[in-house]
Amino acid sequence: MSAGPVAVSSFPRLKSTGRVSQFRVAVSEWTKLRSLRSTRWSLLVGSLLAVGLPLLFATVISNRWSHLSPHERAHRHPLDVALAGVTIAQLAIGVLGVLVITGEYSTGMIRSTMIAVPRRLPVLWAKAGVYAVVTFALMLPAVLLAFLGSQAILRNHHILQLSFTHPGVPRTVIGGAVYLMLVGVFCLGLGAIVRNTAGGIAVFAAIMFVIPPLLNILPSDWNNAINPYLPSSAGSSIYTLHPDSHSLAPWPGFLLFLGYTALSIGIAAALLVRRDT
Amino acid sequence: MIEVQGLTKDYGPKRAVDDLTFTIRPGLVTGFLGPNGSGKSTTMRLILGLDAPTAGTATVAGKHYRDFAAPLHEVGALLEARSVHTGRSAYHHLLALAQTHGIPRSRVDELIDLVGLHDVARKRAGQFSLGMGQRLGIAAALLGDPNIFLLDEPSNGLDPEGIQWIRNLLKGLAAEGRTVFVSSHLMSEMALTADHLIVIGRGRLIADMGVEEFLRQASGKLVRVRTPQAARLRELAAGPDVTVTEEAGALRIAGLSAEQVGDLAAANRIVLHELTPIQVSLEEAFMDLTRESVEFKAAEVAAA
Repeated sequence: MSAGPVAVSSFPRLKSTGRVSQFRVAVSEWTKLRSLRSTRWSLLVGSLLAVGLPLLFATVISNRWSHLSPHERAHRHPLDVALAGVTIAQLAIGVLGVLVITGEYSTGMIRSTMIAVPRRLPVLWAKAGVYAVVTFALMLPAVLLAFLGSQAILRNHHILQLSFTHPGVPRTVIGGAVYLMLVGVFCLGLGAIVRNTAGGIAVFAAIMFVIPPLLNILPSDWNNAINPYLPSSAGSSIYTLHPDSHSLAPWPGFLLFLGYTALSIGIAAALLVRRDT
Repeated sequence: MIEVQGLTKDYGPKRAVDDLTFTIRPGLVTGFLGPNGSGKSTTMRLILGLDAPTAGTATVAGKHYRDFAAPLHEVGALLEARSVHTGRSAYHHLLALAQTHGIPRSRVDELIDLVGLHDVARKRAGQFSLGMGQRLGIAAALLGDPNIFLLDEPSNGLDPEGIQWIRNLLKGLAAEGRTVFVSSHLMSEMALTADHLIVIGRGRLIADMGVEEFLRQASGKLVRVRTPQAARLRELAAGPDVTVTEEAGALRIAGLSAEQVGDLAAANRIVLHELTPIQVSLEEAFMDLTRESVEFKAAEVAAA
């Protein structure tokens, strides 16, 4: 190091002092989020999946269309293609949501954070708020691009055409971005509850990917009664154009998933102020 | 001013801090001494509100740490455990902390230069050596220009030049009238830096006194005696608080002053060839003190 430690006599004083505010904590959390490699990679992968997969699927379907049976053609829906990336992008968004908070616990950063903001809750609100804004800001263009791009590919083959102004379509497409944003916040809450990266990701995967197929083992009347209320099903009804008879309608589904997200963050908040760091 | 009153912390069945009461005054460097695992770090975490005490209170400038509206301007803290995200650069680490209080970027640059991290400020903190990590922690503590400092083992991992720098920094801060509370498990380091000492062992307060007083008290009761009647003197000196060992043809009597040994010898007509009070090192005094606390604890358990 060329610049050795400076003598104490030159210790610089700070001219003015400010206090901690919710806005300042949010600015700090934005700095933290953007200054990590894991953030850039996860968001890049999430965006690429949300856009790339629909374009890939649109291309494959277009090329194979002439080989498909009428029955199979009838079961293709343009929105399934356009939102094919959402299901997989939630993996990147969810894992990063967990990491945003567990990364602080695994490295010890949380102690620096809590020393700077000893009331603690502003940190949780700021993390959740900043992450929600960032994911929505990235995922909204991603799903719109996925819809327009996949439609453009399909249009070349004169198949599966759907106008964005068609009833329910804006809600479904934008709902994909809303869903991803909520998954991110939901997982951030899980991370804050579990405080361990592997544990948080395991809980996330169990809730969203493992439990739903497990329920298929139950008698179908049981499965049909429980399944619509699972976070994964309630959440997916937000970005489904016509939910089937065993699913919740879009808005009730959205509200239920919003409730799960609030519950996750609420438990995290209650634990955060009580637990030792 | 840091005030700790009856502070107690249990982790499950284990009592890490046991009814600690002390006050840290401004204008002095107060050393916080104890063997590893004696509860120093826990005490600091309790003062900083990271952990909640089982009983008792800890206040800084009359307030609970959690009630500060601008804690970084009040207290500068350095924890022993690493408290930096390994994937973030030193610059962004400090910037994120500064932003919670609206501290300008220029202050971050200033402190990076001050602690000598200029060349590595954009490198990920995970690649830092222990000493560089320590400098980063010290920069974070200085960020808000606080009047009270809590530093847990600040010279850990620093090279001699860095240790010297920390020593001067702490003394300088105290000379400006600030409160400096600094923990260490090395008595020799504290002897050069501290004005006052808080010594704990097994979570309990053992000593709360000035460094000089501490030394005087500790070294007053160790004597080297040379006598042809060693066996006889040994018999006479024996007592509950006295230990006698033999080394290189001399007796080493701990627990009696030179005056007491001289009187004892005269009263019993024992010839002395040498009677030397031994100046114990701080390290020895410290170990004696903490050893007592361990024995005390063990005796207490046996009695219960």
